[in-house]
Amino acid sequence: MSKLLWHGLLAPLTEPAPAADEEATATLRALGRELGTATRRRLGRSLAIRELDAGSCNGCELEINALGNAFYDLERFGLRFVASPRHADVLLVTGPVTLNMREAMERTWLAMPAPKFVVAAGDCAIGCGLFAASPVCVGAVDKVLPVDLRIAGCPPDPTALLRGLLSLIAANQ
Amino acid sequence: MTEGVLPALIGTAQPARWPRVEVDAATWEELGDLLAAGTLDLVSLWAEDGAVHAALREGAAAAILSVVATGGRFPSLGRDHAPALRLERAIQDLTGLVAEGIPDLRPWLDHGRWAGGTGGVYEFLPVEGEGLHQIPVGPVHAGIIEPGHFRFTAHGETVVRLEQRLGYTHKGTAGLMRGAAPLHAARLAGRVSGDATVAYAFAFALAAEQAAGIEAPARAQWLRILMAELERLANHLGDIGAICNDAAFAVLFAHFGALRERVLRASKAAFGHRLMMDAIVPGGVAHDIAPDGVAAVEALLATLHRQLPRLVKTYDETNSLQDRTVGTGVVRAAWARRFAAGGYIGRAAGRDFDARRWGAYGGYDALTFDVPVLEAGDVNARVWVRIRELEQSMALIAQALQRLPALPWQSPLPLPAREGEGAALVESFRGDVFLWLRLGADGHVVACHFRDPSWFQWPLLEAAIENNIVADFPLCNKSFNCAYSGHDG
Repeated sequence: MSKLLWHGLLAPLTEPAPAADEEATATLRALGRELGTATRRRLGRSLAIRELDAGSCNGCELEINALGNAFYDLERFGLRFVASPRHADVLLVTGPVTLNMREAMERTWLAMPAPKFVVAAGDCAIGCGLFAASPVCVGAVDKVLPVDLRIAGCPPDPTALLRGLLSLIAANQ
Repeated sequence: MTEGVLPALIGTAQPARWPRVEVDAATWEELGDLLAAGTLDLVSLWAEDGAVHAALREGAAAAILSVVATGGRFPSLGRDHAPALRLERAIQDLTGLVAEGIPDLRPWLDHGRWAGGTGGVYEFLPVEGEGLHQIPVGPVHAGIIEPGHFRFTAHGETVVRLEQRLGYTHKGTAGLMRGAAPLHAARLAGRVSGDATVAYAFAFALAAEQAAGIEAPARAQWLRILMAELERLANHLGDIGAICNDAAFAVLFAHFGALRERVLRASKAAFGHRLMMDAIVPGGVAHDIAPDGVAAVEALLATLHRQLPRLVKTYDETNSLQDRTVGTGVVRAAWARRFAAGGYIGRAAGRDFDARRWGAYGGYDALTFDVPVLEAGDVNARVWVRIRELEQSMALIAQALQRLPALPWQSPLPLPAREGEGAALVESFRGDVFLWLRLGADGHVVACHFRDPSWFQWPLLEAAIENNIVADFPLCNKSFNCAYSGHDG
């Protein structure tokens, strides 16, 4: 097994960081969502993310999970996924917000301490995607929560997710 | 000529794989006994247009039996055969039909939040005994996974009962397909469960082609199999790693995760999308494999052949890992048989069924592969079935690649606009996906039904976790990896 460990260490797979999404950074700044100096000092370049599936097909979850693999290595950017909304700065939402998940989503957001961001990831969460006409879905996340950042794609690939999340940090530098 | 209950019920043996015949209520009631006796396997159960349909299998034979719900009522099969229960509860929620004699009167997909819904408290089954406590988990779980609710009743560390509540991700997908053009409905089918998007699109395409009376071009058939096996590789690699991670063995999680990523990148190089969404369409495949796609897939196979044996050896020789997976979360062979549980869950518990072999659909009958079956039924057996399936998928991919050069590219065939019905049973990485549809005279979808393998796997997780410790639940759950969205629809 030690050989296996060494092999992994000697042949690193991690790729260079993609650039932050400049447009998203500018939008976030324009929205005035950059934080005050005191908060910025507290959060630094570190953001804790609570992922929430509000009815997705799980395609988005697969790609969000991929952010943790050796190629993307999300945690090197100070971004990490946390289990409790109490520990989270960012709510990363996927899915067309089913009526059956709406309350759970709202309660998760309410459980998060301020300041907090909401990121809508994937075409369903942004504009309800193929499920726009569904009578059992609320629709896009911004019908329920204040959305700060949108990451498009069906599903967005890990690079797109990373660029979006890095713009959250960039907007606050 | 043919023997067996099913051929007798449907009259003579018919050439179609899934002939559909109407039966009266008395015959329908007999089905309950035949299912309970194990003579028939329940493949699916659904309702549309005032009738209830049961897809059934008996050895090599298969058929769909329909009963008219007179006065909005039909006899419950769940009364005699537990695997039908959740499906009947879903029928009641979605159509308002009543399953007469159903022993569980609670809704399933309907949480009282749809239009006109009244909310209401969901009554979990009572659990009685000294020193018991309950642990509610979900719908929002700790990790990056889909939503569902688990109600544990524990005695100290030991799980006495698990009760699931699902339906949180119900999107009304089948309803959205009604009236849609086949191409649009196929995109919806590809989003029933994102991890099995290829399998669902495959099943939809086969059913639509059967209904329209056409067959996909030869090259498209091999490309479909190529995609289906790439999808199986990606999921098995990711899940084996994740199972190791749930047993706190992070190094294998990292290595298997990297291999999964390589599969997704090869898939993107070959078919333009990491999960290959919308690549299979009714009438064929949307695009030919990219010019450098074959080389990308061949390079992937070479990497897997080089790296996989060492990782498997590490899994097999790490005592601390084996200590967690061996003997944990046992599915008994009798349960797997009774629920006709597909995929690695059934095959790790002695149920020798694989839709690729049984149905020989889409060209699989021309390829050589084994269906690994184990008996132990524990987490370890499920991991080993998936390891062996990785090897088989790699061999299938190599065989499909060999057949490509001789065949010309053809655009997807147009579906002739005509009335018809079609059904398909496709082996996703998770197990057999059943899909049935009816096309109208205008060529659009009149009705579509899909049944995820999870419908018959989730209930077995409730049984398998009993007498395991609470801390082993994530491990058991991951080794099942049932779909939430796939189940909820």
